[in-house]
Amino acid sequence: MSDSEEAVTAEEQPSTVPAGIAAARAALADVPAEPGVPKLDPILNATGVRRAFGGLVAVDVAHLEVQRGAITALIGPNGAGKTTFFNLLTGFDRPNRGEWVFDGRRADRMRSYQVARAGMVRTFQLTKALTRMTVMDNMLIGAADQVGEGFWAGLVHPLWKRQEAANREKALVLLERFKLIDKRDDYAGELSGGQRKLLEMARALMLNPRMVMLDEPMAGVNPALKQSLLEHIKDLREEGMTVLFVEHDMDMVHEIADWVAVMAAGELITEGTPDQISADRRVIDAYLGAHHDAAER
Amino acid sequence: MDWHFVFSQALTQAIGPTMLVYALAAIGLNLQFGYTGLLNFGQAAFAAMGAYGLAIGVVVLDLPFWWGIGLGLASAVVLALLLGIPTLRLRADYLAIVTIAAAEIVRRTARATGLSEYTGGSDGMRGFSEPFFAMNPYPSEATWTFLFASMDGGRLKLDFLLFDLQYSNRDLWVMTVGWVLVAFFLVLLGLLVRSPWGRVLKGIREDEEAVRSLGKNVFAYKMQALVIGGLIGAVAGFLFALSRANVQPDTFITDFTFYLYVIIILGGAARLFGPVLGAALFWFLYSFLSQGLNQGIRSGAIPEDWLSATQVGPLVFFLVGLSMVLLLIYRPQGILGDRRELTLDVR
Repeated sequence: MSDSEEAVTAEEQPSTVPAGIAAARAALADVPAEPGVPKLDPILNATGVRRAFGGLVAVDVAHLEVQRGAITALIGPNGAGKTTFFNLLTGFDRPNRGEWVFDGRRADRMRSYQVARAGMVRTFQLTKALTRMTVMDNMLIGAADQVGEGFWAGLVHPLWKRQEAANREKALVLLERFKLIDKRDDYAGELSGGQRKLLEMARALMLNPRMVMLDEPMAGVNPALKQSLLEHIKDLREEGMTVLFVEHDMDMVHEIADWVAVMAAGELITEGTPDQISADRRVIDAYLGAHHDAAER
Repeated sequence: MDWHFVFSQALTQAIGPTMLVYALAAIGLNLQFGYTGLLNFGQAAFAAMGAYGLAIGVVVLDLPFWWGIGLGLASAVVLALLLGIPTLRLRADYLAIVTIAAAEIVRRTARATGLSEYTGGSDGMRGFSEPFFAMNPYPSEATWTFLFASMDGGRLKLDFLLFDLQYSNRDLWVMTVGWVLVAFFLVLLGLLVRSPWGRVLKGIREDEEAVRSLGKNVFAYKMQALVIGGLIGAVAGFLFALSRANVQPDTFITDFTFYLYVIIILGGAARLFGPVLGAALFWFLYSFLSQGLNQGIRSGAIPEDWLSATQVGPLVFFLVGLSMVLLLIYRPQGILGDRRELTLDVR
């Protein structure tokens, strides 16, 4: 039903702007560019998130809200704490303190698998394809609420036969979309680096996530595939998903992000639209070091 | 040199009671190591739980035979939980360290003098297997001949052209039960590893963080694999104890576990029939080499100053090790494995 609705709204607008991006840009249009700024409809709302490794404070984010249905980029220089923050939000690491609500549910006490079940699915900087399993099995393992994943039910094929067939159908559709359909019976370890990125994204979609967290989706991807990955990420927004991604490549951020959050030394230093961020003195300072101009003189 | 004898002895071992014990324990370990990637280096301890659970239950606690079996299985579950709860959330190597240590703790506890009242100390225990052999349907007094098979006073002889196999009626009973158990667990694991449950285990072996990111409770799956593999190990322990009608602490040394790894790698890890084929080959090779060398010395084919009878044992282990090295060079995936899997680029 929602598909047809979207199709209609897309047709009604004579311009080429798809509905998802239009909605996301509209929701963020009047949001001031300052760190921790409230959003119209945040899917993720985090407060006071702190993680220290011994004496080193890796993450100390006072407040961050992520707009639903938008693509938000999380940028910052190396060691800014982006990936650590990512790991905290997805339950792969535990904060010293901090709380956050994901889609109406407290998520800071959840374990990683519970976060995924709640609808927030992540990918990894170093792609984690299950190499000695086929591409199809990689996809099928992603499906949620599988009856046959219970020990006793797994023994009784008739109990999960239908669900498995439905999951297989769904996987085929996704593999078709991500141009991996011809590879479905190959081992995932036989795929190229870029194809593994595609597989990881497709696999994440098997869970029907509401929010997709991409940790450096463009790292190690050749330019030809980059464009297709970008299109896939844009498609996620058109399907109503929220995307938060960590990235270094400012060109890419410019091309697809609706909103940018900048971290430096563990803190959120500013937020804004890509254009606002590019012009922001603090961002340039964070990347190049605060004293770069002093050194020039 | 009596090749017929050597060959017959090797084949007798390759399908006999001891091979079945190793095959069963390896089936359990294959679920843990082959499918789930759990480095359990203490499968000997799980077998010891079965063997001692049964022996202590029947001899010390005076329980009926089946209660002893139950006690053995329960002990294996308790051991799996004890080992798994602290280590399965940690990196894979922690389980390896903890299990290898636990196996030694179990063995040394069993042979401790202070506990010999309950465990029999280093002498072990006997007197628990009568109920098992009371169920033996193979008569101890029977004499008949049928084609190449003959029964002589409870001793079965199978006499083909190249070999003859001989088993006592007690061996036959142990083998019948053993092969039924092997078949049962192969069917069970065959169903499991082809199910979505088994797919999650394989995923954990490949990358547990990826599986976690897909909403699976990795800890629970690893625990299930550890418990089920351990239970199968305990069943192997029952068969070990019953086939010898005694338990000895030193049969559960770490070598036992290492042989299981040899068997799994030989047969092919994460292959359903790998452990059975591996166990049969391992015991064929082992007894072929030791019987062959012994025969060679006895018949004078191997001069006395080259090799003495007391040196045969160590040399056999050396040769078994050598053949493992050759296997890993020329067929690293094992007999049933898929070479393609090993050439994959694991990034």
